[in-house]
Amino acid sequence: MTVFALTPTPATGLQVYAWLLIALPLGVAALLLVGGKRTDSWGHFLATLAPIASFGLALAYFIDLLAVTPDQRAIVVPVYTWIASSAWQISVSLLLDPLSMVFVLLVTGVGSLIHLYSLGYMAHDPNRRRFFAYLNLFVAAMLILVLADNYLVLFVGWEGVGLASFLLISFWQERPSAAAAGKKAFIVNRVGDLGLIIAIFTMLAMFGSSSFSSVNAGADQLTSFWAGLLGFLLLLGACGKSAQVPLQTWLLDAMEGPTPVSALIHAATMVTAGVYLVVRSGAIYAQAPAAQLAVAIVGTVTLLVGAWIGCAKDDIKKVLAGSTMSQIGYMMLAAGIGPAGYAFAIFHLLTHGFFKANMFLGAGSVMHATGDDVDMRHYGALRRALPITFVTFAAGYLAIIGFPFFSGFYSKDHIIEAAFEHQPALGLLALIGAGVTAFYMTRLMALTFFGQSRWRPGVHPHESPATMWIPLVLLALGSFGGGMVLNGWIGRWLAPIGALAPENASWAPHFTPIGWATLAVVAAGVALGWLLFGRRPVPDQAPTAVSPLTRWGRRDLYVDSLYDAALVRPGLGLAQAVALVDQRAVDGAVEGSAHLTQSVGRQLGRLQNGYVRSYGLTMLIGLLAVGVALILGQLV
Amino acid sequence: MTAAVLPLLEFTPPTIDYVRLLPFLIVIAAACLGVVVEAFVRRTWRHEVQVGLALVALVASGAAIVSGWGSDSLAVVDPIGPDQPVGSVMVDGPTQVFWLMLVLFALLAVCLMAERRVYAGRNAFAPMAAAIPGSQAEAEADQASLEHAEVFPLALFSLSGMMLFVAANDLLLLFVALEVLSLPLYVLAALARHRRLASQEAALKYFLLGAAASAIFLFGCALLFAYAGSFDFDLIALRYDQGAAADRLLWAGLGLVLVGLLFKIGAVPFHSWAPDTYQGAPTPVTAFMAVCTKIAAVAALLRLLFVALGAARWTWQPIIAGVAVVTMLVGPVLGIVQSNIKRLLAYSSIAHAGFLLTGLAGALTVQSGLAADQLGTVASAGFYLMAYGLATIGCFAAVTLVQSQGREVTELSAWAGLGRRHPWFGLVMLVCLLSLAGIPLTAGFTGKLAVFSVAWRGGYWWLVLVAVLAAVVAVYVYVRVLVLLFSRPASDQVEVKLPGPATAVVLTVTVIGSLAFGLVPGPLADLLAQSSTFLRSVHN
Repeated sequence: MTVFALTPTPATGLQVYAWLLIALPLGVAALLLVGGKRTDSWGHFLATLAPIASFGLALAYFIDLLAVTPDQRAIVVPVYTWIASSAWQISVSLLLDPLSMVFVLLVTGVGSLIHLYSLGYMAHDPNRRRFFAYLNLFVAAMLILVLADNYLVLFVGWEGVGLASFLLISFWQERPSAAAAGKKAFIVNRVGDLGLIIAIFTMLAMFGSSSFSSVNAGADQLTSFWAGLLGFLLLLGACGKSAQVPLQTWLLDAMEGPTPVSALIHAATMVTAGVYLVVRSGAIYAQAPAAQLAVAIVGTVTLLVGAWIGCAKDDIKKVLAGSTMSQIGYMMLAAGIGPAGYAFAIFHLLTHGFFKANMFLGAGSVMHATGDDVDMRHYGALRRALPITFVTFAAGYLAIIGFPFFSGFYSKDHIIEAAFEHQPALGLLALIGAGVTAFYMTRLMALTFFGQSRWRPGVHPHESPATMWIPLVLLALGSFGGGMVLNGWIGRWLAPIGALAPENASWAPHFTPIGWATLAVVAAGVALGWLLFGRRPVPDQAPTAVSPLTRWGRRDLYVDSLYDAALVRPGLGLAQAVALVDQRAVDGAVEGSAHLTQSVGRQLGRLQNGYVRSYGLTMLIGLLAVGVALILGQLV
Repeated sequence: MTAAVLPLLEFTPPTIDYVRLLPFLIVIAAACLGVVVEAFVRRTWRHEVQVGLALVALVASGAAIVSGWGSDSLAVVDPIGPDQPVGSVMVDGPTQVFWLMLVLFALLAVCLMAERRVYAGRNAFAPMAAAIPGSQAEAEADQASLEHAEVFPLALFSLSGMMLFVAANDLLLLFVALEVLSLPLYVLAALARHRRLASQEAALKYFLLGAAASAIFLFGCALLFAYAGSFDFDLIALRYDQGAAADRLLWAGLGLVLVGLLFKIGAVPFHSWAPDTYQGAPTPVTAFMAVCTKIAAVAALLRLLFVALGAARWTWQPIIAGVAVVTMLVGPVLGIVQSNIKRLLAYSSIAHAGFLLTGLAGALTVQSGLAADQLGTVASAGFYLMAYGLATIGCFAAVTLVQSQGREVTELSAWAGLGRRHPWFGLVMLVCLLSLAGIPLTAGFTGKLAVFSVAWRGGYWWLVLVAVLAAVVAVYVYVRVLVLLFSRPASDQVEVKLPGPATAVVLTVTVIGSLAFGLVPGPLADLLAQSSTFLRSVHN
């Protein structure tokens, strides 16, 4: 029997101030939004300090947890007690445990770097203050999500990051496409959120509480039906937030947001919340093998779909978005393997957080240099013009394809191996995915940094300012060394929350036949990509005579068109019909009852005529009524 | 012959515990002292001396309550009890809780009465109440800047009546307290500086209807005495237990006494005085009446129903529930069509009486199966009154600030856009009205939740359904004002005066309290739950 959670001990000493982790960015966000123009000149600096301060605090708590024995590494921090009389108990607490700590460090660490980067990237935006306020709001909401000690509070954070994501995708709201993308992300997420809400209500009905500890304690008494239902509902929630098939369509459009947003929210942190949810709910999935298999299948399908889309796009951010989808698919696959895969899912999540943020910020740097052009066909030969961007991007590239000793090499190999052990078919598909990843990322590198320059007239690429390249360098270091450092440690660290630790893992790679096979497939993908795109001239216009595979990939596998035909248009029709009914029938009834109430009020008001004698009469009638009631009461 | 008369002449004094009665004695002593001050202190100093005296007395009384907190005692022991001491005045948990609330709200109301700055240097009361409105004498008094500083001793007398009302465990004493609390209010209601005729009319209506209600109440007392042979609550209960359950005298007495108290609470159909009186009376007096009278009447009703008639609760529960339904429906529905803020607040106060009565209908006490230290009827009513009192007194304080040419403007049409033009004023009204509407995270929501859950657990689930519907209508009443304050273009007819220090204190306390008891209701709820058991001198 695997134990999926530690029994938390109450916070002591400075731990009771853990709410500051959330309060700092939240307070700054409020200050910037309420303070208005007065904070324009210094707000962005304060907003950058907030996640840095939270990161420092998080490090202190991390060291705190390191200092105690593994079975003591769960601390519950009471934050707010709304009602604590003996009759009612409604309170909010935070949970510091190995899993939440990993996320807190990732969110605040990568978040700090991206804030720093944004100082340069958004320097000339007229709405810079609003941007930083939303970023801080996001960090605060994400921290609520991962620090909650129950699903209800988690849901508050879940919706908070959804709101921040919406606000930031449509940050440049004057562009209709950005406004539409924000709406799309919000609405598609609603579908997933519905699943999560029903799951939470089911938990409340089943366990009388939504706290992780009571859900964990009660899960093994669930019948297979209820466990399965909960598992599928949670998976639906995870699919929405993490852009997994079939709710993946919003992520590509979300690239309309500023690039730091894509890096922080739509690559490194928020979109991984679904993985967090599945791992956190390990106790439920342990009782629901069908739901667990569904998680693995969703992950596998998404990793292939994402990679497919990544191959076909010319927009650098969309390629990266497809690859994000695909990499989260790997994490989902690992989470669907069960306790044996949890550590790998989180490990890949961390390394992905480094290398994907790294590459997105690199893409931002490229766009900065080329006048916000995102079409890779307009790049080429940028490695000389942007040396720092090139080197750091290369580190991310080597990490994502799984080049030995880079971070992705460790984390992805683990997942592919575990998938083979769990279910060879899934393992094989994951292996193919690795090859495709190598192909499309090589294509991206070749189109962007190598070959002939295809710059548009008037574009003079130049390296970005220091506030932008310093985060790039730091993230590149993470992309390079993150795997070596964490490989031996992450499994042991996560063991207390139910992850089965791999034996004897260390920084030294430990080659297996599957490991060699993976390397071979990756090498083949790289070679193919280089042959097709690195050695041949790149047409300025995207060729139209292409294979159906490419055509499908360019159109996001026609899923958007399908949803448009099957859901959006009927939905709009239904909405119009409902609006009509609402105007005619519902509003009529509501306004009718309002008019009725008012006229009753006016009629009754006539009784209030100002004459004492009438008032006395009213009293007398009341007295008689009381008397009649008493007499009737005696008769009954 | 002599043998029959002599026992009546032989007066055995009751045993009085003066220390436990200190909070009450301080208030009544200060009121008497206030009369002396009025006679001997120079006119120019009177206002300051009276305000100081009242504030000191109230703070001292509050301190005395706190210092005696937690211990129950029969403060006045009736000498003619059967074989064990019977208390006529009880200083127990509910008494202390309601005393503290009364003193707190009286303090806030006195602050409003003492306010001079918003009325251009004079207080809110008539310069010479005896002068005929519009007469030469009135004009001269106004010229000479005369003021009636008697309002402070009058308010203290009324408060002392309320405090006795809350603690009385004896029908006769209850009646005396009722008169002590009412008579000064009749006078206070007549003292408005402007629109004096309306004010006098309001006072006269209040007095006539109040006298009728007192008569009904007294009649009920007489019938209950005839039933039990005693005025004492405990002895009435004892008599009921001894088997005289189905006596018609009891039912008739119960009905009449109930009507007398429901009048003071402002329950429909005994509410007709409230809108006219609230509108006509000087606003600080309205605030005092709306809050303190309601607290005292509800507290007295609780003691009467639970101590004297607790065993007969199957009889009075349906009546209270019926009155609650009518009150909850009529209050908000009439509130919707009001065009005057003071009248609107009067109907709001009627509506809240209805919501309070739902909790009373639930009748959840230790006797009816409530676990100790849980939120029962008494504690939930206490919480509700606290929330209602804070929000209501805040609204009336805001009403005093909206003026045109030195007069309050209570017509709602003139209030358009004031919230936008004066954000601080808007904030006060927003918090107070949302609390009255019962929006979550304000004290009003917790209060409603408490009384509704008591009614539900007491078996009156249908009443809760009605109450929730009525609460929806009530929300409309308050939101209508908020829409007016924030969404309409500002009118230039009126100005919002900056509050003087006294009014500023009231506004601050009410806003902070309304939010604090909504955000952190636990401590207050615990305190109320722990002090919600009535002391009884006869245990059976």
